[in-house]
Amino acid sequence: MAWSKPPLFALCLLPLALLAWDATRGSLGPDPVAQLEHRSGDWALRLLLATLAVTPLRRLTGVAKLVRYRRMLGLFAFFYVCAHLAIYLLIDLGGYWTQLFDEIAKKPYITAGFAAWLLLIPLAATSTQRMMKRLGRRWQQLHRLVYAVPLLGVLHYAWMVKSGNVIAHRAPLYYGASFAALMLWRVPWARLRGGLRTLRAGTAAATRCPTPAARR
Amino acid sequence: MLIRRPPDIRSSEITAESVYRRRRAVLKALALSPLALAGCGRGAESQAGQAANAGAPLEVARRGAYVVGDPPTDYDAATHYNNYYEFGTAKDDPAKNSGRFRPQPWSVEIAGEAEVTGRFALEDLLRPHPLEERVYRMRCVEAWSMVIPWVGFPLGDLLKRFRPTSKAKYVAFTTVARPDEMPGLAYPVLDWPYREGLRIDEAMHPLTILTVGLFGRTLPNQNGAPLRLVVPWKYGFKGIKSIVRIAFTERQPVTAWNRAAPDEYGFYANVNPAVDHPRWSQATERRITGAGFGLFGNRIATLPFNGYAEQVASLYAGMDLRRYY
Repeated sequence: MAWSKPPLFALCLLPLALLAWDATRGSLGPDPVAQLEHRSGDWALRLLLATLAVTPLRRLTGVAKLVRYRRMLGLFAFFYVCAHLAIYLLIDLGGYWTQLFDEIAKKPYITAGFAAWLLLIPLAATSTQRMMKRLGRRWQQLHRLVYAVPLLGVLHYAWMVKSGNVIAHRAPLYYGASFAALMLWRVPWARLRGGLRTLRAGTAAATRCPTPAARR
Repeated sequence: MLIRRPPDIRSSEITAESVYRRRRAVLKALALSPLALAGCGRGAESQAGQAANAGAPLEVARRGAYVVGDPPTDYDAATHYNNYYEFGTAKDDPAKNSGRFRPQPWSVEIAGEAEVTGRFALEDLLRPHPLEERVYRMRCVEAWSMVIPWVGFPLGDLLKRFRPTSKAKYVAFTTVARPDEMPGLAYPVLDWPYREGLRIDEAMHPLTILTVGLFGRTLPNQNGAPLRLVVPWKYGFKGIKSIVRIAFTERQPVTAWNRAAPDEYGFYANVNPAVDHPRWSQATERRITGAGFGLFGNRIATLPFNGYAEQVASLYAGMDLRRYY
């Protein structure tokens, strides 16, 4: 299994390498900055969803060792979110970078995107083996934050698209649907059903023995 | 369909021979345009589509009266980065999907509150107007911009020929809708056909032009062939393309984007850095110059009325521009 990590590492770097290659060759079309933004953002979302897909995939295939890739995928997702933000800040806004603060305050899609980046920082910072050990149970609680990140990412994308444009809304819709599927898989249906049964039994019992107040 | 002759020619409209000769050149250019060949098999279509991008050269009577300090966007970018949803919503869709579109023959219906109305062949509409080149800034509501040398003539000069009545308070425009030639019409992105409108004083303003070309050549299909509006102090979506109907109205006409999202796209849509789009800032814009230009330093400050405040701000004196965005 260890041998497969370097190839995955290289694979995750490939989108960035291709983007850099296209940028230096001037083959990003008439609006290269928008291309850089869209492609880095797309890969950030894809890698976030890939990270969330590891656990379901592990359960479905029974290959428990897949969990070894999760941290790398998650860190690469963070890496692409950082690249996306850096492109927006340094290349797109450039000399007008202070506009960022105004945008965070006023524009919901920027607020959502920026919040996603902020949420990822503590997760990336505590991704080491040592931090896992140090935080113990709290590590898992902290890392549940990751579920909010793709949601914010999808909102960031959907709110940016011109309204009325049904076709352009498809991409964020697909990402949103994938995210929803990954989350629905995580709902502990069996436990919920069990809980519901207990609840029903409880209500039934309650009707059978009315409260003293009702009796009066 | 009744094809009416243009109104009686007044002495002020009698065309000088030099202009007349230029008109011949325009028509020849339009006729020789490979667009005329579109629609003969798939290969021919895409060939015609590609050749159409080259455009046919136009004879321009006057240049240099309207220029912009910044260098123009290159031709390739101006013709391959377009919003023309009838051909698809991606920026490169219009160049890719407009090969089947036939901008010839073309006629425009003139309707509404005017003494002269009817349907007129494009050649008859263009005849009296010498073509001039004007380099204008073009600011899209999506916060990108270009600098484009248009070839056209003042809209007001054309409108006056139909002698609008005192009831003509607005001018409404309609884009052609041909589902067979415009694949984007299959999607309900907007309430087709595309419609736009101007207040009559805006329409008559000397900066407002009808264009038949850019970069000295006929308009490629993706840029709104054969006839499009350019209003340089307004967001780009006001510049309606492939116009088939112009109507003088008493009431403010319904416009496509305003109807789709009234809180985002106003009827006036004057470029205004102080009034943000609800979802993004309009304070700055990314200037699109074209391939071969650097990635950095493309963002510039957006100017009130797109830099044409001196000429047009008086049209809106006393109006609350936050309310009438």
